[in-house]
Amino acid sequence: MTKTTDQNADPTMICVPALNRRDLLRATSALIVAFASGATQAQQRDTPHLKPGKSLKTDEVDGFIALAPDGSATIYCGKVDLGTGLRIAIPQMAAEELGLPLEAITLIEGDTALTPDQGPTAGSSGIMRGGVQIRQAAATAREALIGMAAQQWGKPRTELSVDDGHVIANDTKERLAFSALLSGKPFALKIDEKAPLKNPAAYSLVGKPLPRPDIAAKVTGQHPYMHDVKIDGMLHARVIRPQAVGASITAIDDTAIRALSDVKIVRIKNFLAVVSRNEWTAIRAAKELKVVWSDPANLIGHDKVKSWMLAAASDARQSAGKEVLTQKGDSAKTLIDSKQVLSASYYWPLQSHASMGPSCGIADVRPDGVTIWSASQATHRLRGICARILGLPLDQVRVIYRDGSGCYGTNGHDDVCADAALISKAIGQPVRVQWSREDELGWDPKGPPQLLAMRGAVNGEGKLAAWETEMWLPKATASLPNIPLLGPEAAGIDQPQGLSTGLISQNAHPPYAHPHLTVRVNWLKDSPLRPSNIRAPGKIANSFAVESFIDELAASAQRDSLEFRLEGLTDPRGLAVCQKVAELMRWQARPSPAKSGSLGRGFSYVHYKFNETYVAIGIEVEIKRREGAIVVKRIVCAHDCGLVINPDATRQQVEGNILQTLSRTLYEETQFDTAKVTSVDWQSYPLLTFPDVPELVIALLDQPHLPPLGAGEAACAAVPAALANAVFDACGARLRNVPFTPDRVKVALARGYA
Amino acid sequence: MAVYHCSINGQNRQIESADPDQPLLYALRNDLALTGAKFGCGLGQCGACSVLVDGEAIRSCQISVSQAVGKTITTLEGLGTIDNPHPVQAAFITDQAAQCGYCANGMVINAVALLMRNLKPSLDEIKQALANNLCRCGTHDRILRAVMRASGQVMP
Repeated sequence: MTKTTDQNADPTMICVPALNRRDLLRATSALIVAFASGATQAQQRDTPHLKPGKSLKTDEVDGFIALAPDGSATIYCGKVDLGTGLRIAIPQMAAEELGLPLEAITLIEGDTALTPDQGPTAGSSGIMRGGVQIRQAAATAREALIGMAAQQWGKPRTELSVDDGHVIANDTKERLAFSALLSGKPFALKIDEKAPLKNPAAYSLVGKPLPRPDIAAKVTGQHPYMHDVKIDGMLHARVIRPQAVGASITAIDDTAIRALSDVKIVRIKNFLAVVSRNEWTAIRAAKELKVVWSDPANLIGHDKVKSWMLAAASDARQSAGKEVLTQKGDSAKTLIDSKQVLSASYYWPLQSHASMGPSCGIADVRPDGVTIWSASQATHRLRGICARILGLPLDQVRVIYRDGSGCYGTNGHDDVCADAALISKAIGQPVRVQWSREDELGWDPKGPPQLLAMRGAVNGEGKLAAWETEMWLPKATASLPNIPLLGPEAAGIDQPQGLSTGLISQNAHPPYAHPHLTVRVNWLKDSPLRPSNIRAPGKIANSFAVESFIDELAASAQRDSLEFRLEGLTDPRGLAVCQKVAELMRWQARPSPAKSGSLGRGFSYVHYKFNETYVAIGIEVEIKRREGAIVVKRIVCAHDCGLVINPDATRQQVEGNILQTLSRTLYEETQFDTAKVTSVDWQSYPLLTFPDVPELVIALLDQPHLPPLGAGEAACAAVPAALANAVFDACGARLRNVPFTPDRVKVALARGYA
Repeated sequence: MAVYHCSINGQNRQIESADPDQPLLYALRNDLALTGAKFGCGLGQCGACSVLVDGEAIRSCQISVSQAVGKTITTLEGLGTIDNPHPVQAAFITDQAAQCGYCANGMVINAVALLMRNLKPSLDEIKQALANNLCRCGTHDRILRAVMRASGQVMP
């Protein structure tokens, strides 16, 4: 690593003798870079394309749509395709509304220099909000083009239509190309929220199961993932995370890596990284560099989370207050007056996003501007973060989106880009940071824990009489722009502090008639590990508890659980999904548990956020008592997300929701001791595998005349309770703690619950 | 800097490495511009970096450049192209068997290896063959469907 000849071979790699570097490392100054800055080279590179001059406004047609003279169109979408099918669905919506052939459209996603900020691709909002916004821009554009043609031809607008990139006179069949009407000019129009939408009966693209454009490239090794991006002069970096959460560096000894050529160490306070031209060298250096860390014990340990939550709620230092979220009638009095009150508590553990590819990002921090390549679900938000940590104005930063490994919320993508930005700024060269598997499972922000206690009663007629939900939840910090990131935190850079969880208190009571209802929450100031939003945030745990407890109440009244639900359900779309699943399962009314002792069925219904997608799920299981194993045989789902843009892509989202949640419910809990996360590989953090995969039956209930809703999350929320209910039906064992491990199944078989 | 020789996708290739223990994965991705194989864990637990070595599915994070010497290696790119995909790749496209697709390399490579030793595997045999290949998006059902299709069968 002291090979000075490297200076001649590659002027971007200037090393200093090891002795100097070690001296430097002993110091505690804010920034130590153990080699010379590459600023000279940086200045010689091209200026990044920061200001393209196109509209980036969400209320302007030109923000989203550009028509070229050759008849092609570019759609600029602030939301991104996270493997979800947006890349075909958005063009379907835009082409349909504008009257363009699908092949004419190029979609640009998430590039902050080119796309309007439509908010993060989160909360199932890609189509529901992002797509709908673009559809309205397309409708505005189409009306404007018709207006131009009407003027040119002197015909009334009502006698014109659009097709195939042309305005057409209905009588003479004359055609005027959009490009000719625009003659190279932008639309210069505000989006008209009242521009009429095409009649769904006339759709030719929306509603078709068109193939996704990325899949052929993905399965032939041609798709350019974030992890595959290469930038001229790019160096490979690995960040060395502390031995304990919140630890600081006590000493560094680089003796072990002195034999490696071409390695640099970057240290900014407790932020430590190694950099090399060669990726494997960087990996070795990160492993072999000896770092002594302080030894804090800041964590509570995963097995104590539940008791910690209960205690924190009554500790003034840790409680963030109690709140009644919903109240109807008088549940307390009704419960007191009831003959039999049921109570049960349910726990959902901390979980990792567990993306297959550990997070990766590239930053090129130059004196004249910064470019970040990222797989973030929120490139526009990340732009602000990077500007802030680099101390630059927003317009000096561009974030370019590239597909990463599956992203199910705020995982490590933002962290890794902040890592890369800090290192690139320090060394003046483009830097690629690739997290390890241990980094990803150990340090990605975690889905927060949730604890729910339910009380309820059934009246003399066997109907739901009263219901109370009490929740213990980490409280999200109001107006927090982003989760605090690891790199800036270690480097001592000021950043907004607080918790980000997603909206985790929704779906906390049953969507059935309930005259007496109370939902309370005990808000907690902290969470055991840094939290973030993870797919179907909160709703997955809340629906697990609510739909399990409904089943417990039905069973206590010796009622069929589906009938018990349906008699309190009035929403016709809710009834439709429930009835569809009942039909597909050939549901026969009877109380649970079944008599077989090993085979069971369970049901669950969720109206996501009480105002979005409707989902019902039925699960059939077999219990292997001796092993404590749950064999999931078949999962049936009926799904109504309004207008279906692309039925195959939607179906795939539902499949993914179901199988990923089956994994989270059966297997997943982030384990940690008092120092740090200990479940850092696929053995200690297991996922669902192929032998576990059941038969899937999915029915999409299309609503062509209703607005499109999200399909990226809702079905998740219905899985865990359907599974728990099926287990109970099979063997009378009630599972109230996730994951449903064989040990828990055995305990539940022995004592009735676990 | 030592040089290691092997056959990759039908061509004799040289890999230069200062470390004989460097996993093949990094040579493929960084030196040979073959990025089909993905880094997933570096532990041989997920299968995302699989390649065919002498016809067998091997995790390229677990085989070093020195161990690759003299071997015949096929990567995802060597199986087929977008215009002329391998039958397994074609089946994955037909069944749209990828979400993020990061694990797809391992799925295709391991399915190809399976079909080389078993022309008509049962659904359970496919599940067992892919048991050590992880997918986080929940694409399993389509992957099974695609492998059945590639072997001329339909999902039961």
